[in-house]
Amino acid sequence: MRLPPTITERIAKTILMLATVAAVSALLFVIIFIMVGGFRHLSWDFLTQPILDMGREGGILPAIVGTLMIVFVSVGIGAPLGIASAIYLAEYTREGKVAQSIRFGINCLAGVPSIIFGLFGYILFVVLLGFGWSIVSGGLSLAAMILPTIIRTTEEALRSVPREYRDVAASLGASSWQVVVRAVLPYALPGILTGVILGIGRSIEETAVVIFTAGSAIQMPQSIFDSARTMAVHFYILAREGVSNENAYATAAVLICTILIINISAYTLMHRLMKGRRA
Amino acid sequence: MNVKLSTKDLHVSFSSHRVLRGVSFDIFEHEILSIIGPANSGKSTLLSTFNRMIDRYHDAKMTGTVLLDGMNVATMEDVASLRCRVGIVYATPIPLPMTIRENILFGPSLTKRLSRVEASDLVEKTLKASVLWDEVKDRLDSSALALSGGQQQRLCMARTLAVNPEVILFDEPCSGLDPISTAQVEEAMKELKKDHTLVLVTNNTKQAARVGDRTAFLLMGELVEVDQTNIIFTKPTDKRTEDYVTGKFG
Repeated sequence: MRLPPTITERIAKTILMLATVAAVSALLFVIIFIMVGGFRHLSWDFLTQPILDMGREGGILPAIVGTLMIVFVSVGIGAPLGIASAIYLAEYTREGKVAQSIRFGINCLAGVPSIIFGLFGYILFVVLLGFGWSIVSGGLSLAAMILPTIIRTTEEALRSVPREYRDVAASLGASSWQVVVRAVLPYALPGILTGVILGIGRSIEETAVVIFTAGSAIQMPQSIFDSARTMAVHFYILAREGVSNENAYATAAVLICTILIINISAYTLMHRLMKGRRA
Repeated sequence: MNVKLSTKDLHVSFSSHRVLRGVSFDIFEHEILSIIGPANSGKSTLLSTFNRMIDRYHDAKMTGTVLLDGMNVATMEDVASLRCRVGIVYATPIPLPMTIRENILFGPSLTKRLSRVEASDLVEKTLKASVLWDEVKDRLDSSALALSGGQQQRLCMARTLAVNPEVILFDEPCSGLDPISTAQVEEAMKELKKDHTLVLVTNNTKQAARVGDRTAFLLMGELVEVDQTNIIFTKPTDKRTEDYVTGKFG
């Protein structure tokens, strides 16, 4: 016996809706839980004071600065490198054995646990290249970690641009590079930006890599060659070592707000850029 | 009449599939040459050898020569300027997702910076030539995607004209258009003939009869015959041509 389509339609719609409600409420619960716990202990001083007594007292200004610096280095290196390689792979190489194995390798790298990148960064940047525990080492290791994600999302974004746009541009006398810049990149931008934002998110939230490569100094970093503690690491240490639950929550709240602010400004920027590009 | 474009013993294959089998013919300056033939006869492939868009298909293999003003296109180093000299309008209108003005200026702006006056003159000139000016002159800065199919196709013509090609290839430009839009495109083509050489690939034999000075019949990658349009349609030499134009097959 076959159920009538009207019934299956109703069942499918209900299941899909319930799944959505479950997923969204789980996310909302986490955010609200942290925000409620965090905002109670949040104050202007918390945002502007140095870390005192290992985090029991004072604020988290050095951790905020450290986070921003590490993310800046990581995305500043990872994004251009990743986007450039994706453009090369998608626009300049023929689909063949080599391209396929590179793509396979990148997909594997995207699934490697971050601790491996931490170890890699520790050996290469901290020890071999002699950068020590520093924002540079941390940023570079995080850049390596987010590269596969950025390459993959960028490549997908490029491939979603219709081939016809490339043909039209080429038929009007555009060189390969002009085709990329004028007929492909503008339309792949939203997808590429999504990849970069994912990269920013992963860099901000990462602890394992940062502890291995940037250390966890609580002083205000003076240059990118200083060791620094990110908010995520600070939170991890406060919570794990039971230093201060209140301050851990407050740090988490600031962390979430930072991510929100970065996402919102990135999407706003993109909307400005894309204005007039669509019907 | 001067020969503008000519092919000699042109063979093209995609991997192991032979698409063109020894095509040799001339296209004269300031004529409209129609190329007719059933689907999969190699008409579009033939066009793609004229402006080397065929280079973009990595599995394509080509032998024989294509001469533009007596020069072999295969050995031209500057493919971009070849494609400016030999423009193409595709079967489906593909406006780039930008404004009408930006679409037209896409080609010219690749090589030079146009002044505001030059740019608006060019936009007006090309839109008038493609019989679209009156319909869009008040909304040049709105998105090209908002135009109707027929308008988009005429915009694509204007965009091709903007790089001032000597030869314009039309690859079934009216296949998706209604009769009124088709008539407008055909009218534009007859005007363009004064300054350009036109090659029109079409599935529609009536269209070839209406606009073509000469007509070539391509069948299974082989050029069956090429002659004055009225001869092709009234007393063709080859039996296959007669069968095709009288509608016995195709």
